[in-house]
Amino acid sequence: MTVQTGIQPISATRRAKDRLVQALVYLAFALAVIPLVSVLWLVVKNGAGRFDMEFFTHSMRNIGARDAGGGAYHAIIGTLEQVLLASLIAVPIGLLTAVYLVEYGEGGRLSRIISFFVDVMTGVPSVVSGLFVLAFWILVLGMSFSGFAGALALSILMMPVVVRATEEMLRLVPRELREASYALGVPKWRTIVKVVLPTALPGIVTGVMLAVARVAGETAPLLLTVFVTDSINNDPFNGPQMGLPLYVFNQTILPTDVAVDRAWTGALTLILIVMLLNLVARLITWWRSPARRR
Amino acid sequence: MATPTRTTESGPALRRSAFRRSRGDGPFRFASTGAGVVLLAIMAAIGLFLVVKAVPALQANTSHFLTELTWQPNATKPVFGIGALAFGTVLSSLLALLIATPVAVGVALFISHYAPRRLASALGYVVDLLAAVPSVVYGLWGVTFLVPFMLGPSTFLNDYFGWIPLFSGESIVGKSMLTASLVLAIMILPIIAAISREVFLQAPKMQEEAALALGATRWEMIRTAVLPFGRPGVISAAMLGLGRAMGETIAVALIFPATFKISFQILGPYGNSIAANIANGFGEATEVGRGALIASGLVLFLITLLVNMAARFIIARRKEYARAAA
Repeated sequence: MTVQTGIQPISATRRAKDRLVQALVYLAFALAVIPLVSVLWLVVKNGAGRFDMEFFTHSMRNIGARDAGGGAYHAIIGTLEQVLLASLIAVPIGLLTAVYLVEYGEGGRLSRIISFFVDVMTGVPSVVSGLFVLAFWILVLGMSFSGFAGALALSILMMPVVVRATEEMLRLVPRELREASYALGVPKWRTIVKVVLPTALPGIVTGVMLAVARVAGETAPLLLTVFVTDSINNDPFNGPQMGLPLYVFNQTILPTDVAVDRAWTGALTLILIVMLLNLVARLITWWRSPARRR
Repeated sequence: MATPTRTTESGPALRRSAFRRSRGDGPFRFASTGAGVVLLAIMAAIGLFLVVKAVPALQANTSHFLTELTWQPNATKPVFGIGALAFGTVLSSLLALLIATPVAVGVALFISHYAPRRLASALGYVVDLLAAVPSVVYGLWGVTFLVPFMLGPSTFLNDYFGWIPLFSGESIVGKSMLTASLVLAIMILPIIAAISREVFLQAPKMQEEAALALGATRWEMIRTAVLPFGRPGVISAAMLGLGRAMGETIAVALIFPATFKISFQILGPYGNSIAANIANGFGEATEVGRGALIASGLVLFLITLLVNMAARFIIARRKEYARAAA
């Protein structure tokens, strides 16, 4: 059916080009999803084998590379402690820095410099933060390898993520809320603590959880600071610990099948923890972020 | 805790309230400024302490650090240099970038302009999940699945495209530069895609609609209205991805064959990177050996710093990208 409008129909070559690009764009998305599906499928398939009680209740003490059994209890404890300590260091510093950038910085020179270096810090390779803690904490100050040293390295990786997430949320808090508070005679710092931060809280929690999810899977900094142990060490301040990512790495480089099986189960556990953190974080944003409520 | 200030009509009460404000405000302002300064101090300390621990090892080195290829810092006469490692780091990251950028731009366009509106954000989340997978898991996946798998395609490339120097060589292996670059590409893809997506979404709607109204096809609209607007954003996204690829450690440490040879034969048993060498060499490093690894880490830090600063500079120049930069 032809419509008499005088408008030229789209030529065949132009239409073909349009279709071609559309096909390429769809293909690109498919290409991106293939590795994700492959990784998740293999992790679940190979990890399910050793996903048993022993894995979560035993360490690797007195278990050689060839022995079956053994578990990651010591690594899970280590990861939980290290990530918790890292959060305790990084969250207050990150939060306060974001408050400075949004509430006190006022676009001055210092705030622009800090803002720039927060961005640059996001790009610091994880292995470099590990080397820094190794050089500073262990070699210069003479401290031992410990879970806390690992937490220091992880906190450096967390800080910029927390700052950026918090900053973004604080900027979403409506100006009117602050002004209403000032008008009631509330000092600026109490306005921040009682009005601004609570309003932005869900978003901040999301940001912190994403930051935790990011560092929970980091291996390289732990390798250089926490060292490696096969035994349970509940004290993060004394002696080498283990971490779940480190456990996966350590079992992967062993040449036996039972060790690689343990690595897969470790990977499955790690992915479950990280994905869970991610999912919960996104759900919080989705439900309660100030951006959505406005 | 300060009690709410009761303001009266008289002047003195108002002044007292102002006084109280400054007294409570001081420490809080100080603490938040201090936190920002601590962040700057950490960045400075990273550079400083890496230099402090690298210098003794560099002095013990009996060869030239920047040009030497071998890495034997643990020997009685330490010989080590960054040459081969820096080459491997740059080559693998550039290859990864070459593979990842076109796919990432495609993914970004898919989510911003092609996918059904209702599905778009969910599909974007799927791509973001790629970034959530820890690097050690990619390493495990790479070494047990991708390395044996790549033997087929690599042999094919060598058989039919062996005349291209990159694909030439006698021995073809799975643990090659190409496999490592592929894993790196998968890991940086979500970063490039996420930033490109944000930039494409911010392309002026008016111009897009104008292009469509003038009879442009969807591709012509994207080419004339979206891509020119997004180009600087995509470039800086790619550079951020490059920085990430250079610093990536564990995944490539498991895949690289850890040789100290400069070779462009990306299918052969060659390849190493600064970060991978740190992870692999730390266990048996002596004191000089640790210093040498720290020195190599310093080089990595400086390279990534430059790449990231350049990328941030491009983003910061354009105010429209403010959201994408976060």
